[in-house]
Amino acid sequence: MTGKKDTQNIQRFGSMKTADKASRLFTYLLLIALSIVYMIPFVWLLSSSLKTDADIFAMPPKWIPKPVHWENYKEVFLQVPFLRFLGNTAIITVLVMIANVLVSGMVGYAFSRLRAPGKNILFLLLLSTMMLPSQVTMIPLFIMFKNIGWVDTLLPLIVPSFFGGSALYVFLFRQFFSTIPISLDEAAKIDGSGYFGTFVRILLPISKPIMITVAIFSFMGSWNDFMGPLIYLNDMNHFTLAIGLNLFKTQYVQNWNYTMAYNVMMILPVLILFFMAQKSFIQGIVITGNK
Amino acid sequence: MQNDKLNWNFTVQIMGAKYRLPMICNREGNNMKQDTWTLHKKSHRNQMSRIKRKEMMWFYLLILPWIIGFLIFTLIPMITSGILSFMDWDYISSAKFLGLKNYTNLFHDKLFYQSLKVTTIYSIISVPLSLIISFIFALLLNSNIRGLSVFRTLFYMPSLVSGAAASILWMWMFNPEFGVINTILGYFGIEGPGWIFDKNWALPALIIMSLWSVGSSMLVYLSGLQGIPTELYEAARIDGAGKWVTLFRITLPMMTPIIFYNLVIGIIGSFQTFTQAYVMTNGGPSYSTYFYVLYLYNNAFQNFKIGYASAQAWILFFIIMILTAFVFKSSAAWVYYENETKERN
Repeated sequence: MTGKKDTQNIQRFGSMKTADKASRLFTYLLLIALSIVYMIPFVWLLSSSLKTDADIFAMPPKWIPKPVHWENYKEVFLQVPFLRFLGNTAIITVLVMIANVLVSGMVGYAFSRLRAPGKNILFLLLLSTMMLPSQVTMIPLFIMFKNIGWVDTLLPLIVPSFFGGSALYVFLFRQFFSTIPISLDEAAKIDGSGYFGTFVRILLPISKPIMITVAIFSFMGSWNDFMGPLIYLNDMNHFTLAIGLNLFKTQYVQNWNYTMAYNVMMILPVLILFFMAQKSFIQGIVITGNK
Repeated sequence: MQNDKLNWNFTVQIMGAKYRLPMICNREGNNMKQDTWTLHKKSHRNQMSRIKRKEMMWFYLLILPWIIGFLIFTLIPMITSGILSFMDWDYISSAKFLGLKNYTNLFHDKLFYQSLKVTTIYSIISVPLSLIISFIFALLLNSNIRGLSVFRTLFYMPSLVSGAAASILWMWMFNPEFGVINTILGYFGIEGPGWIFDKNWALPALIIMSLWSVGSSMLVYLSGLQGIPTELYEAARIDGAGKWVTLFRITLPMMTPIIFYNLVIGIIGSFQTFTQAYVMTNGGPSYSTYFYVLYLYNNAFQNFKIGYASAQAWILFFIIMILTAFVFKSSAAWVYYENETKERN
């Protein structure tokens, strides 16, 4: 390798050596093998969801369901109020998403643009709340919501997000706004725009990337939340998809085909969202990861 | 040098120099931003205090939702939880003051130690393994291959399935007789264990499951790898450095800030593991997957030992704080920040 290094420097991206080719081939094979391993659960999920009651416990287990048993999906709707679960989950997810985007955006704007005494201390306070495990506030919050009669409603899962929501989202918005030249605000100010007007008319319209990121994370958080609904919801009519799934599993222990059909229907919206907004998704994870 | 390209040490920066926050969003605009800030400051100095007051008023008005939320949903519950941890209460009868008894009882509670042990073992194995696997994936994807976006999507997809959905899926996969894992092991002539039904294999099963969702940290690593200046690699090549030397002398040191970040997040997350244990094993068999937060949850919402559970929550908080502080402290020794050299030069 070292012998050829000079020519290599001159034509770096020129001809590829056989050693490079071999290592590239190896990389490909490794990647393909790993992809197969990582895709097995999805294949198994889909295949199980289409198996008949007999096939699900066939020995040896089959990979391809024969006959394809779509009735499992119908069965889910007959066994539990799936649409209700879906509706409840959608209500929580959408409202929390709106709150997180607008309120976190507003607070993030204030922290990035306006100056006031005490701002730095407040910002540190905000950041430090990210470290606090939710278990510390979980019990008092439950008692509080119980006292005001909110237990077994969707409110405890929605309302807190309208009050600043998550510190992480505020932080992300603040970081994003900090990258926008302040001259933009000043121009708006000269045109007679107030602080709030500047935020709504100037900054929000150019903040699409971060808004999508926060929206996606918020969606994922609410959609998959388990502990919150588990603590606050008792009546099956108020259940979300996640705790509905757990209930379904305990009631139909033997019917893994139904359970997997339920699971497919719960995962599908997330996958669709991902494929619709894949670019923003990946960007978003990189942004949050790189904070 | 484009030293402002990536900057991971946000907290340090926030605590140290205010408003010097070159974040990833402004890969190029770092200097520009600082200039506008000082400009802003100067022009502001000349403005009347009336405007200053107006700005201040607007600041507090706009963050009002967060202040209210912080008080109602964080600060007051925190104080309440602290007080409750010194009490004996079951939601119904009147609360009794116990002093430190909840804490001393915890330190004599076998289940407390068991849950701490389970959680610690899970953390110690699952967090580093996830870090290594996602790093390897990122390295493989960073080798300038075609079809990168397809592989990236495939490896990321599992991360979309989390919580109850993932737990139920893996529960079925771990089924000793009809599950896919033992089926595949059977192809190789291996008789798979009872997994979540076997007290020796239940925790390893949950660790294996955690390795399925390494997609997010892989993406973060990948973006970090792509941010390493190519001049460094070129210089190494000129010096005749081989692949492994380059990996250990350039790639790894340049990535330490991200590894550090993923480590902190991983530790905090793994200590709060709950859903998998609740859904898949409910802590069993024979408490082999009795995670810390599961025990906490059971005390709070099944056994109605509010004070006891609150004390557990505070101990968890301290554990997380100590671990994070430890990682932060140790980071000086192994995390490399580009700015350091910049300042030294």
